[in-house]
Amino acid sequence: MSLKFPIYMDNHATTPMDPRVLEAMLPYFTEHFGNAASRSHRFGWVAEEAVGYAREQIATLIGAEKPEEIIFTSGATESDNLAIKGVAEFYRDKGNHIITTKIEHKAVLDTCKRLEKEGYEVTYLDVGPEGVVSVDDVRAAMTDKTILVSVMLANNEVGTIQPLKEIGALCKERGVIFHTDAVQGIGKTEFNVKEMGVDLASLTAHKIYGPKGIGALYVRRARPRVRLTAQMDGGGHERGNRSGTLNVPGIVGFGKACEILNKEWREESKRVKALRDRLKDKLFAELDECHINGAWDDARRLPNNLNVSFSYVEGEGLMMAIKDVAVSSGSACTSSSLEPSYVLRALGVEEELAHTSIRFGLGRFTTEEEVDYVAKLVVDKVKKLRDLSPLYEMAREGVNLKDIVWAAH
Amino acid sequence: MAYSEKVIEHAENPRNVGTLDKEDPNVGTGLVGAPACGDVMRLQIKVSDAGVIEDAKFKTFGCGSAIASSSLATEWLKGRTLDEASEIRNTDIVKELNLPPVKIHCSVLAEDAIKSAIEDFRKKQSAKRGA
Repeated sequence: MSLKFPIYMDNHATTPMDPRVLEAMLPYFTEHFGNAASRSHRFGWVAEEAVGYAREQIATLIGAEKPEEIIFTSGATESDNLAIKGVAEFYRDKGNHIITTKIEHKAVLDTCKRLEKEGYEVTYLDVGPEGVVSVDDVRAAMTDKTILVSVMLANNEVGTIQPLKEIGALCKERGVIFHTDAVQGIGKTEFNVKEMGVDLASLTAHKIYGPKGIGALYVRRARPRVRLTAQMDGGGHERGNRSGTLNVPGIVGFGKACEILNKEWREESKRVKALRDRLKDKLFAELDECHINGAWDDARRLPNNLNVSFSYVEGEGLMMAIKDVAVSSGSACTSSSLEPSYVLRALGVEEELAHTSIRFGLGRFTTEEEVDYVAKLVVDKVKKLRDLSPLYEMAREGVNLKDIVWAAH
Repeated sequence: MAYSEKVIEHAENPRNVGTLDKEDPNVGTGLVGAPACGDVMRLQIKVSDAGVIEDAKFKTFGCGSAIASSSLATEWLKGRTLDEASEIRNTDIVKELNLPPVKIHCSVLAEDAIKSAIEDFRKKQSAKRGA
C-alpha cells in the first residue's frame, strides 16, 4: 500500500468518519428525514425510533442504566456548558463552590470563569508533572458549599488519564455531583459511569469516528437523580433539558460509532498503542534530548497519545518542516495569543520546552507504514533544525542557556 | 495559518546558515529573543576594512517565519555598508515575505538582530581603537 499525503496524526483534534458510520447515516438525510418530535405521522416515528436506538447504543458503551439518561447536544462544548451551568443554577441554594483542574478543556474552564463572575467560587486544582490530579487534593478542596466536581477522563494534549473512580467514590461519600468531560478517553480507556460513580458525562461523536456537530450529556437519573436548569429555551426537547430539533442523521451516526467502539475498542487500543510505541521508540533511538510530557505508564496515558518536546527546535518551525504530516504543537506560535500551552504550563513544563512540544495523535486509520515514514521524517527535520538552532550550538559548546540574560519580547 | 510561498521557500532552503568567529574583531554578533518566548535569532556580520558587510550568517530557533525573516536579512545584508544595513526596517521584511499580523514580531526580531550585530561590531572597533 502506498502512502497518501498529507498523513493525519492529529486524532485528538478530530477523527475521520468511519465509512460504516456514514453508511448508517445516509438514509436519515433523504428517505427518513422526519422530525423526531413529530408524533402524528410515520416520518416522525421512524426518526424517533432511530434516535431511541442510538440512545441505547451510547448508553451501552458508557454503562448507563437507561437510554433516557442520554441527552443530545451539539457537541461536548455545549454538554460541558449545560452540565456545569445547569447544575450551578439548579443547586444554587445548596452551595456555590465548584472544583475542577487546571488542565480541563476551555469549555470547562471558561464556563467556570463565567460562573465566578456570577458569584460562584471555583477551585482550579494543580496537577503535578505527571499531568494527573490527586484525589487527596480534590478531598482537601471540598467544603460544605461544594456542589460540583468536574474532572476530565483524559487530557486532550498530553493524554493523561485521571483517577475518576476514586474521585467518583469521594463525591458519593460527600454528596457532591461529579461531572466528567469524557471526550478524549471514550473508546481508548475504560469508562463506565456506573463503576466510576459519574453523574454527568460530556461526549462527542467526532472524536470517535462519528460526525461533527453532535454530542451528548449523560445525566444520571437514579442514586442520585441529577437535576439541571436548561440553558436553551424552546420546544422542551430532551425532557426539557435541551430544546432544539434533534439532529437525527448525526445521532444515528453517533450511535453507530459507539456500537463499533463497544465491539472493537479493546483490540483497537492495543493496535494503536503498539504503533504509538513504535513511533516513540524510533524517535528516541535517533534523537537525543527528547522529553515526554506527562505520565507515560499505560494506566495513566491514552494509548494513542505521544506528546514530546524536542529540545532546541521550536514546535511550529518543526511542523512547517514536516508539513505533509498533520500534528499539533504546544508552541505559542500556533495560537494567536502567543502564549504556550496552558496545559503544559500546569504540568510545570518550562516555557522553553513548551515551545518545542509536538502532539502526535494516532487513530483507527493510522498504519505502520505511516508511522515509519513520520518517524524518519521527524528525525531528519529535527536534526536539520538543530543545525539551524543557535540554542543547540550553544548547549553543545557547554553554555548553560539559563545563565544568559534573555530579553523577553 | 497558511504560509506565503516566500516564507516556505526560505524556511526550506535557508540562506547563509552558520557561524562566524565571534572573537574576530571584524565580526559583529547579535543574539536577540528568548527561548521562553519561542524565538531566538543569532545574526552575525563580517565587515571589511572599507566598512562593507562581506559576509552574514545566522542561526534561528523559532517558527518558519522567524527562520525566513533572518534568512532574508542575511541576504539583504551582504554587500551593504553599515549605514545602509541599519536602514533595513522590519516593515520591509513583512512586505517581502507577506507576513501576517501575528508574525510581525518575527520581522521585528530580525531588525533587532541586525541592529544588535552592527552595535556589537562598532563596540569592538571602538575598543580596538581605544586599546
